[in-house]
Amino acid sequence: MDEQRSHIISALVLHRPGVLQRVAGLFTRRGFNIENITVGTSEQEDMARMTIIARGDGKVLEQITKQLNKLIDVIKVRDLEPGNTVERELCLIKVHAPVEHVRSEVIQYANIFRGRIIDVGIETLTVEITGTPDKIEALIDLLRVFGIKQIARTGPTAISRGIKTI
Amino acid sequence: MKGGEAIIKSLQDHGVDVVFGYPGGVLLPLYDVIYDSDLKHILVRHEQCAAHAADGYARASGKVGVCIGTSGPGATNLITGIATAYMDSSPIIAIAGQVGTSLIGNDAFQEVDTLGITMPITKHNFQAMKADEIPGMIKAGFYIAETGRPGPIVLDLPKDVQEEEFNYKTDVKIDLPGYKPTKKGHPLQIKKAAKLILDSKKPVILAGGGVIHSKSSEELIRLSELISAPVTTTLMGKGSFPEDHKLSLGMLGMHGRKVANIVVDECDCLIAIGCRFSDRTTGNVGEFASKAKIIHIDVDPAEIGKNVDVDVPIVGDAKNTLISLTRNIIKIKTTTKNVNNTNKWTGYISDFKNNCRPRISFEDVPLKPQQVIKEIMESIDNDTIVTTDVGQNQMWMAHYFTSKIPRTFLSSGGLGTMGFGFPAAMGAKVALPESDVVAVCGDGGFLMVCQELATIKEYDIPIVVCVFDNRYLGMVAQWQKLFYDGRISHTRLGEVPDFVKLAEAFGVKGERVERPGEMKETLKNALKSGEPTLIDVTIDPDEILPMVPPGCGLTEIVGEYKVERESPGEIPYVKTTSRSRGD
Repeated sequence: MDEQRSHIISALVLHRPGVLQRVAGLFTRRGFNIENITVGTSEQEDMARMTIIARGDGKVLEQITKQLNKLIDVIKVRDLEPGNTVERELCLIKVHAPVEHVRSEVIQYANIFRGRIIDVGIETLTVEITGTPDKIEALIDLLRVFGIKQIARTGPTAISRGIKTI
Repeated sequence: MKGGEAIIKSLQDHGVDVVFGYPGGVLLPLYDVIYDSDLKHILVRHEQCAAHAADGYARASGKVGVCIGTSGPGATNLITGIATAYMDSSPIIAIAGQVGTSLIGNDAFQEVDTLGITMPITKHNFQAMKADEIPGMIKAGFYIAETGRPGPIVLDLPKDVQEEEFNYKTDVKIDLPGYKPTKKGHPLQIKKAAKLILDSKKPVILAGGGVIHSKSSEELIRLSELISAPVTTTLMGKGSFPEDHKLSLGMLGMHGRKVANIVVDECDCLIAIGCRFSDRTTGNVGEFASKAKIIHIDVDPAEIGKNVDVDVPIVGDAKNTLISLTRNIIKIKTTTKNVNNTNKWTGYISDFKNNCRPRISFEDVPLKPQQVIKEIMESIDNDTIVTTDVGQNQMWMAHYFTSKIPRTFLSSGGLGTMGFGFPAAMGAKVALPESDVVAVCGDGGFLMVCQELATIKEYDIPIVVCVFDNRYLGMVAQWQKLFYDGRISHTRLGEVPDFVKLAEAFGVKGERVERPGEMKETLKNALKSGEPTLIDVTIDPDEILPMVPPGCGLTEIVGEYKVERESPGEIPYVKTTSRSRGD
């Protein structure tokens, strides 16, 4: 319980103005270390799902979940088990690729990583890739040699495996 | 019906008969409704005091207090009072005016993001963007404020929403899927706690404000007598257990009673009820009750394990949990003949307590605060409500004043808000006009809110304000004396004002007390007169409280601990500076 690690917290919240501010504000005020937060609609009408990546030991995580649960607009909170969770992130990478051989290399890398080229410019290619944050990091590292113009990442979202829901 | 009418109607439907407020531009529609309404409105002279008064009203009566302030500066002036209520879990509803919905976000005149500002200091807050949301928000506001761990609610109310017409329905339904406070403690955990208590030889109970909120003082007394466990309290718990009871140890913590601090250090089982282990209560957490198994009962799960690691956590309302815990203990006692033998422990504590009674009688001039408090205790009834301000006056009261009844000792514990005592007393008196109300303030804190003398005069709210006048910001000066080489940096207040003349300027009776015996007579007369009175008490600026320096363990008390010996014999344990001690 005491090791410091990143936890993936999935929270079902009321889809209301200000709810993101309530959650984000809580993290700042309590001094919790937030690495990432994504918000989107959920399977239930009027509810949104937040996926929060936070760093800390077991005690910190317990406080985070308890404090989140105290917010009136938060319905459910769960710390997803790392071994039993599917985690994905979408990333768009604009690569400097003005010449033919660079372009084909970028396309090859994208294929190996099961990415796609979604935009072709005179001097750039934009790669779309989905995967775990590690996989995305790996592709970014490879593409860096060509010169990356811009990166846009969604941050990871996650869901537990099997029948379990929150 | 108009939005503004719906506010007043909804408040009255929830039993509100008085509000503390201050009008302003965007509140004109609401105040136009109040003009025709039979809701009593008390015009304070600063919005901060509206919030403190609503807070004092709530603390004294247990009912939700309501305050109103306009947009922008009105709302920001309410903030200190809202944060005070939040830290001490006091149920208030603060209604803040807001600029019209079409202007929100434009940096309009007197616009401020009230919702954003109050998010971290409220249990929940609402912004009504349409009039038909108002009844539901008020209903949900009351429900959230009063249930579970109580706390303040803010309702942000744009001007046009107050004017909007809509169809008012009386039985509005509220749906709060994310709010389900736990009421009953887990039976298995309670059983575990009962066993632990019966196995202990040196149990101690620590009672916090939660005992008062859940109205479980009787249950607390029953438990403590059943297991012969002494009871210490936090500042917020003062009054939850009668301090003249033989098992009472008084307050724990930085300025707590020596007997409480040392007994908690020595105990083998600490039963903490409705408290949050604030740093002012525990001292150095690493050394806190280090020989004890800790049982923690609290309605707020987030408080359990936050500051202190506990052995048996129980999430639940204090009243239900105490009833069930007591039942379990009786059951185990009768079926297993397990009688917790604490005779040696209670005998030791009773000797310790008798030999370590803090001295309160002094003949000195200038007056010692202890002597003043003694005379206050001699002149009031058991059910007189006393409020304190923050600083030395507060800790003198917490340390030396004997509180016997819940909701009669009101003090800003968590936020430590100077200026709380006087307006809170005003609110308490409005809530309970039949009770005497005495505010004990320092000269610094009182001056921050002295304009409310106008309010108590205009509305004839006959409270007595005792200003402990040493011309210092005493607590900060004390720390400067003890920890900053006596470098008294900006804590000397100088010679002005003359508090008696200040009171008289507002038409309030002013008295001055300088010698032993005078306080008793003056206070008695003031209470009898039924008039608002200010008593300026000149006290000794050199008097210092016994204290545990910040970051130290609870037994490391500095400052002379003057005791009033009534029975001969040695104090069982008098060493106060060593860290390591055996059993």
